[in-house]
Amino acid sequence: MTIYSIIFYFFSTVAVLSALMVISSKNPVHSVMFLILSFVNASGLFILLGAEFLAMLLIVVYVGAVAVLFLFVVMMLDINFVKLRHGFLQYLPIGLILGLVLLFELIIIFFTNKFINESNINKIISTESEFENTKNIGLVLYTDYFYVFQISGLILLVAMIGSIVLTLRDRKGVKKQSIYIQVTSDSSKAIEKKKIKLKEGLDV
Amino acid sequence: MFNITLEHFLVLGAILFTIGLLGIFLNKKNLIVILMSIELILLSVNINFISFSVYLNDISGQIFAMLTLTVAAAEAAIGLAILVVFFRNQASIAVEDIKNLRG
Repeated sequence: MTIYSIIFYFFSTVAVLSALMVISSKNPVHSVMFLILSFVNASGLFILLGAEFLAMLLIVVYVGAVAVLFLFVVMMLDINFVKLRHGFLQYLPIGLILGLVLLFELIIIFFTNKFINESNINKIISTESEFENTKNIGLVLYTDYFYVFQISGLILLVAMIGSIVLTLRDRKGVKKQSIYIQVTSDSSKAIEKKKIKLKEGLDV
Repeated sequence: MFNITLEHFLVLGAILFTIGLLGIFLNKKNLIVILMSIELILLSVNINFISFSVYLNDISGQIFAMLTLTVAAAEAAIGLAILVVFFRNQASIAVEDIKNLRG
């Protein structure tokens, strides 16, 4: 069992430290990088728990999409990030007090309230993989939780349309194709025949 | 100590949640880091969902973790779009400048 605890402590320590670096680093690009590191370590923990599909999904969705989106926005905005740090420590005391109180209360709850029976308390990490995680998810996702599946698709559609509508803008003085004019044109308007008189030329 | 129990994962989730909350408090002027802190909070929620799902030997926790993941991705996309539009209008991403609604 010790190898599991070594892996758990390694991944969770790196995840917590990189999460601390996310909120405290000066450069937002470094923040995004540490966010990626934190998510990768969390996905390692998910693999340790036996939820391989969620671990891969976390890497694909977060590291592949969300973190890159953050990175694009950070690089796109032209901001003096040094000025943003001004007054950083102003809210540190109250934030630290609130955070420590919340953490203390949560830990008290976890250790005084036994959630489930004591018999299998040390069995959270099963050494033998008797079931296939992805297959089990697929068996219930399209049957019992079909509405959840549909609703998450709808949420993604709304998010896509919403972000397109928000960021689309019409700029003046930019040459653009007019699809309507292009589609409705026909060959009779496209070619025009003209008689050219000798030695006079033609005004176009 | 050396047997990994449910409480270990719950405490890890609580620590990540607290760090995310602290990030919202500290970075009052940088909206991007606040969005990243929200992502950290949602990650801690996912850790709780999955550890309980494995502990109770019930797959539905992982389904809801997937739903949380979807919502987090949608929230990041919409939030960053609003951020870009706000920066285009105000040339700033400080939280104190977001007062157009007089809230």
